[in-house]
Amino acid sequence: MTLTSVPASQPAASRLHPAAMAASPAYGEEKGGSSSLGEPEYGHDPASGGIFSSDYKRHDDLKEMLDSNKDSLKLEAMKRIVAMIARGKNASDLFPAVVKNVACKNIEVKKLVYVYLVRYAEEQQDLALLSISTFQRGLKDPNQLIRASALRVLSSIRVPIIVPIMMLAIKEAASDMSPYVRKTAAHAIPKLYSLDSDQKDQLIEVIEKLLADKTTLVAGSVVMAFEEVCPERIDLIHKNYRKLCNLLIDVEEWGQVVIINMLTRYARTQFLSPNQNESLLEESAEKVFYGSEEEDAKDTKAEAASLAKRKPYVMDPDHRLLLRNTKPLLQSRNAAVVMAVAQLYFHLAPKAEVGVIAKALVRLLRSHSEVQYVVLQNVATMSIKRRGMFEPYLKSFYIRSTDPTQIKILKLEVLTNLANETNISTILREFQTYIRSMDKDFVAATIQAIGRCATNIGKVRDTCLNGLVQLLSNRDELVVAESVVVIKKLLQMQPAQHSEIIKHMAKLTDNIQVPMARASILWLIGEYCEHVPKIAPDVLRKMAKSFTNEEDIVKLQVINLAAKLYLTNSKQSKLLTQYVLNLAKYDQNYDIRDRARFIRQLIVPTEKSGALNKYAKKLFLAQKPAPILESSFKDRDHFQLGSLSHLLNAKAVGYQELPDWPDEAPDPSVRNVEVPEWTKCTSREKRKEKVEKPFYSDSEGESGPTESADSEPESVSEESGSSGSSSSSSSDSEEEEEEEEEEEGSREQSEDKEDEEEKRTKRKKEGSRKAALGSMGSPSEEEEEEEEGVKKSKKKKASQGRKDHAETSSEEASASESSSSGSDSGSEVEAKQRKPPSSRAGPKEISLLDLDDFTPPPPQPVLSSSVISTSLVTDLEGLTLTDTSLAPALLSPAFGAVRTYELLHRMAGEGLSVEYCFSRRPFPGDPHMVAVQIQISNNTDAEVKSLRVSEPKPLSGMRIQEFPEIECLAPGDTASVVMGIDFCDSTQAANFQLCTHTRHFYVSIQPPVGELMAPVFMSENEFKKEQGKLMGMSEITEKLTLPEKCRSDHTIVQQVTLAANVGRVPCGADNVYRFVAKTVTSGSLVLITLERREGAAAQLTVNSEKMVIGTMLVKDIIQALAQ
Amino acid sequence: QDYFGVCSEVMIKDNVVVVYEVLEEMLDNGFPLATESNILKELIKPPTILRTVVNTITGSTNVGDQLPTGQLSVVPWRRTGVKYTNNEAYFDVIEEIDAIIDKSGSTITAEIQGVIDACVKLTGMPDLTLSFMNPRLLDDVSFHPCVRFKRWESERILSFIPPDGNFRLLSYHVSAQNLVAIPVYVKHNISFRDSSSLGRFEITVGPKQTMGKTVEGVMVTSQMPKGVLNMTLTPSQGTHIFDPVTKLLSWDVGKINPQKLPSLKGSVSLQAGTSKPDENPTINLQFKIQQLAISGLKVNRLDMYGEKYKPFKGIKYMTKAGKFQVRT
Repeated sequence: MTLTSVPASQPAASRLHPAAMAASPAYGEEKGGSSSLGEPEYGHDPASGGIFSSDYKRHDDLKEMLDSNKDSLKLEAMKRIVAMIARGKNASDLFPAVVKNVACKNIEVKKLVYVYLVRYAEEQQDLALLSISTFQRGLKDPNQLIRASALRVLSSIRVPIIVPIMMLAIKEAASDMSPYVRKTAAHAIPKLYSLDSDQKDQLIEVIEKLLADKTTLVAGSVVMAFEEVCPERIDLIHKNYRKLCNLLIDVEEWGQVVIINMLTRYARTQFLSPNQNESLLEESAEKVFYGSEEEDAKDTKAEAASLAKRKPYVMDPDHRLLLRNTKPLLQSRNAAVVMAVAQLYFHLAPKAEVGVIAKALVRLLRSHSEVQYVVLQNVATMSIKRRGMFEPYLKSFYIRSTDPTQIKILKLEVLTNLANETNISTILREFQTYIRSMDKDFVAATIQAIGRCATNIGKVRDTCLNGLVQLLSNRDELVVAESVVVIKKLLQMQPAQHSEIIKHMAKLTDNIQVPMARASILWLIGEYCEHVPKIAPDVLRKMAKSFTNEEDIVKLQVINLAAKLYLTNSKQSKLLTQYVLNLAKYDQNYDIRDRARFIRQLIVPTEKSGALNKYAKKLFLAQKPAPILESSFKDRDHFQLGSLSHLLNAKAVGYQELPDWPDEAPDPSVRNVEVPEWTKCTSREKRKEKVEKPFYSDSEGESGPTESADSEPESVSEESGSSGSSSSSSSDSEEEEEEEEEEEGSREQSEDKEDEEEKRTKRKKEGSRKAALGSMGSPSEEEEEEEEGVKKSKKKKASQGRKDHAETSSEEASASESSSSGSDSGSEVEAKQRKPPSSRAGPKEISLLDLDDFTPPPPQPVLSSSVISTSLVTDLEGLTLTDTSLAPALLSPAFGAVRTYELLHRMAGEGLSVEYCFSRRPFPGDPHMVAVQIQISNNTDAEVKSLRVSEPKPLSGMRIQEFPEIECLAPGDTASVVMGIDFCDSTQAANFQLCTHTRHFYVSIQPPVGELMAPVFMSENEFKKEQGKLMGMSEITEKLTLPEKCRSDHTIVQQVTLAANVGRVPCGADNVYRFVAKTVTSGSLVLITLERREGAAAQLTVNSEKMVIGTMLVKDIIQALAQ
Repeated sequence: QDYFGVCSEVMIKDNVVVVYEVLEEMLDNGFPLATESNILKELIKPPTILRTVVNTITGSTNVGDQLPTGQLSVVPWRRTGVKYTNNEAYFDVIEEIDAIIDKSGSTITAEIQGVIDACVKLTGMPDLTLSFMNPRLLDDVSFHPCVRFKRWESERILSFIPPDGNFRLLSYHVSAQNLVAIPVYVKHNISFRDSSSLGRFEITVGPKQTMGKTVEGVMVTSQMPKGVLNMTLTPSQGTHIFDPVTKLLSWDVGKINPQKLPSLKGSVSLQAGTSKPDENPTINLQFKIQQLAISGLKVNRLDMYGEKYKPFKGIKYMTKAGKFQVRT
């Protein structure tokens, strides 16, 4: 455009924007026209120099473009701004204009604005705050991509003020529907942490939550966040360990790397070392070899003990799981993953299994030189510890002339480490070719490698030495010097035989100029001057001549040589030594001056220095240990392989030490994933605790106030009395009702013919149970009957308090309960012995005491209270949620309506009695199953072992989830378990066998239709809407007359909820009751409407897709209400 | 690379915005986010001439506004809704020989590294299985994540849902060291004389164990010692260049005709006054042999499940020189 007048060289960033504006006031106007005209010009190349040459003035038109309402203009402007950022130009003065566009609809503009924001938000915090609300809106966007990117940018903006907002956003996103957003949340965690580390505790909570996530997408990111924020909280991993292991292979590659590294550390802390036996064996072998006899005797005992203690090493199955699941990842195409697995195996696997990684690592050597470098470093470390691993791949480490020097040297290192007696000849032959390489650094390294091979493998020492001596005639000085140094080290090991070489080297002093090499030669001659008595003084003479021109290191060695010669051969060298020492005395280097002075005092005998003088020879000519040539990688393995610290051989920031193996294995059970408690705990205590608590609070909260203080002792006495009565009455027929008699009869029958075929008894029992069921359907009536009966029988003495209004409800239950269950159990004997723990629970317990020997939940107050409370809850929920909950939410039934059915009579079961009830809780693990709580009491006097369900013979589609096997049931004990049965929405009985260690019992569970459903929450409007859909065939209407006592709201609701597991719908009209539930298997709605007309008349309507269920339900409810 | 074809400075400069966008998708706070190119392409569409034209006309963008379903699905490497009119799947079995040959012509080390590159353009969600005639040859393999490892373990069959477009299905290693047939030989005679500043130089390349296939694209490069000033050479075939600065000699031979072996003869002029270099240059060799997998690996069959149409299938074999060095 028109801006060429501004010199291009002016630094754009240094100028302030307003200044530019002021400089050309007319400019803006001009722009107005041209910006649209000139648009194509912007488009052709945003990054070309022409545009940037004068961009500081262009900010105006950029601004204008950003302010325009055309997306294409904005986009163009943003592209140019991003291009500016890319070029390193400062575009921060455009911040306000850009921020405005954060709400732009166009996604590409938005993205570019995000890029800009992330770059500049920290500098202009106040302005950046303007954009926050947009992000917050973005976080609620229905598009998961936008939610995620909003969170990403929000968390990338490093403005401390918004930390709480970020925290909130992360928390919200952590429970987002989309795994992609959750992943982003995981990524945001370390960002927030780096901004404000005070948030750690909250962030850990989020991490904990996300760790439990089952999506592979999230797993990698959250572990990364975990590593960043709280790597020390290893306890968070326990529960997720197995999941992570199993998911590992499906996680994306970068996530795999992070997870593997984390798991390595985890495994190091949680499992025992798989190699401890071997190392111990080695140790002991060594000891036996070296140790003296006596020591042995002592040691062996201790060793034997420790061996015995350690011997039974069995790898933790979780440890094995980790190794097994990571192994396939060695085949990954991603080098980082392979490396991570390799280090995991190296650190965790038993020795025998580490070998598998060699192949994969060798494969990595084919990739880029950077990867090669890292891999070779690690291979070098590994090859020291486990040489055998890489031996088969020796040839893969041969060096090519095209390799970079770094790689060459590393390969050399590996080759040297791998050298042993069998392959040394081939390796040396390779080395010979390397020595002729053009790369001098490499040649020097090769010579050192030869030296190391020679020291390690005694067999080839002479060959190597000869080879090195030959190298001394090499024309390249560097090569010669290096070989001299190496030869010196080698000679130190066995000097006696090699005076020839020393002589040869002495001659070299004339030619070699490299100071290190000269110094080495001088030292050698000095050290072994006795082997070369003729040459040594001569060398000293030569050196004395050139002393002043030598390097410091050489000078020091000259002094050394002189001193040693003076001591051994003072006749020839006395003067020379004096001369050298004099020269050194006036040297520039104080080190040399000091040395000279020191040595003079030491060796030249004067009157004063008597004592030391004698030892001078010993001091100088002491036997010196040969240096050990070893790999520089020797001590590197204390760093975790594959880590940056290992690469640098120094501790890097953020490096986490790989912990040592623990001596004792930590408890492996921490990794067990917990199943919700109540299915697991068969132990009484737990269950009692669990179940009782809410009841107490409920009943206390409700009926506590209504109860007068003096009624309490009464109820206690009543309880004891009635419990006694019920127990005593259990033997003969307790009630007059026919059903009971029938049942009693059946029991008598079974008593008579105990070994009669089970099926028959079962059938009978079924019949009797059905009868009992019928009786239960009308507990209110029954209650009165029963009360009468109770009075008549005179066995129950005290029940004045019964008429008490507060307790009527409880009576009802106790009555019904006892009527239904009084016939079956024989455990009353025990019940007698137990005093209920609380007086309040007392009266209710009577009814259930005969079910079990412990105090189960008192059903009645629960029933009444929970009926009220559920409806209360629904009312409340209706208030708040009516407009939102379009889909009916499944209500958890608030009570375990306990109507118990007999599964196995104690006569038929040979002392084993089994009862079941429908707990009305959702079955954990499978929502389509009805949870059946089973109580098994052992009334025999022997233990019942391995109690389990076997051979379920479900009808088509029916599924049974057996309860876990009960190992042992002591005499008089009772166990309670939960099994799940999917009845497929039919009232067909589920047949299966109940097995003990001795017997099989054929049993069947038949559900009342009311138990095949679970209550859901619904508002009245929804109910009507749903009802409208279920007209015609699916509607069943029946007229009925409500009996006298069944006209109160309370009783109606109670009877209906007792008959069927339904939830009440809050209802506006007084005389209409609505209930709703969903069938458990198919989830089809069951709607119940009960309309009360004048007087006793009422109309019951059931709407359900499942007509059979509807019809049966109508029957059941009418029966319940009519009695 | 999938975006721009070639990765050059100019290319990055021209598409700086796209690069930014892509990088932003790939990384979050320095941690890799999505690196699968199939997914990235869906998030941010690669620039093509056609798209630029369309974009300027319609004002649409090349940023996808939908999260690619692949990211969330079980097959994160494949985008959904792929459609082609011609359904085709091509597989290239490419083997490279890494070898070091010593002075006398004997093999010091030789290994075969192979890859199977695929170009799959198939509609929908095809499930492919690829089986080999001789899967035992493969010593060490690494797979694209799409390959089902379990089936390989149990049946030695590659079973996978391929990503869309070009990808590397498998890379493998054939180790059996004695089995490697070296398809070419190099005769060389390089000598420097101490007295004169001239050296002799002679190379002949010939085929060996090529299973009747012709060796093509032969290229000989050699790094000369520093003392070499210039070379006067005459090739019997092809062209040669000697760079006196880097001291790199390269000879583009082309096809080898077994009847008339290509050779390069001539003299080397050394820097006057210096003694002869004591090292001999190594010769690096490149060549190609079409329609041959030197290890003998053969694909048995390719089957497709999951889709109805019949795809066009093609398999190509090729052998190349990898790091092929001859020491002199």
